Amino acid sequence: MNRRFGKTDFIVLAVVFAVLVFAVIFTAFKRKQGEFVVISLDGEVYREVPLEKDQEIEIKKEGITINVLDIREGKADMRKASCPDKLCVRQKPVSKSGESIVCLPNKVVVEVKGEAKGDFDSIAR
Amino acid sequence: MKRNVAYLGMYLALALICSYVESLIPFYFGIPGVKLGLTNIVVVLLLYTLGAKEAFLVSVVRIILAGFLFGNPFSILYSLSGGALSFLAMYVLKRTEKLKVVTVSVAGGVMHNTGQLIMAALVVENYHILYYIPVLLTAGFITGFFIGILSQEIILRIGNRI
Repeated sequence: MNRRFGKTDFIVLAVVFAVLVFAVIFTAFKRKQGEFVVISLDGEVYREVPLEKDQEIEIKKEGITINVLDIREGKADMRKASCPDKLCVRQKPVSKSGESIVCLPNKVVVEVKGEAKGDFDSIAR
Repeated sequence: MKRNVAYLGMYLALALICSYVESLIPFYFGIPGVKLGLTNIVVVLLLYTLGAKEAFLVSVVRIILAGFLFGNPFSILYSLSGGALSFLAMYVLKRTEKLKVVTVSVAGGVMHNTGQLIMAALVVENYHILYYIPVLLTAGFITGFFIGILSQEIILRIGNRI
């Protein structure tokens, strides 16, 4: 058995796995239902849309619709994409704060954010 | 040298077949970027039998060819950054000679996903997607672990004949 699995391997793998599992659980607990999505295109904010209202948003680049985002029952789902791999369309809908849908070829990022009024506003209030 | 060229061609073909098989398996978790990493068997195998240079060469050529055959320019960009980082991690860990194939392969799997995610963050100019790091790294760990066990068995059984 020693040729396959040493003591060092066991320690290293166990520690790394424990850290990863902890990180996954930690981030899973931190997730809360988001309030709005920020759509960005080419690294710049394109639109901010609340999750409460059901609607369909067309993301346009130079007048051509490249992605269609569907908001329904507080969840955002990518409906259409002009890119070849369609990874973002196959992805599950997102609704929790911090989650995102990325369409890499079109450089479109849809991010779910917490309260519509950020921390800065709540402090100022 | 001639013998090596023929061998490397064969391994490249094997790696490409692994890519093809992988593209046929509907292995999907709802998060983009999670893959089995079957081709890593070939890379690990080469790293342990023929040498680092050969393994790196096959890995890079495989990524470019597979990108043209089954993917798109973006998947090449993605995979190259993942592949390079993964190879570097495996090479360094192997050089320490303190760890077995399984651990080296796990490092490869984890670093592959890290490289891809970093590249994705750079391309879309949005660093919040790094939020997915824990899930992606855990996925890389698990797939790397099984790929490592497979590679270990192959190396132990036929490694000296390669």
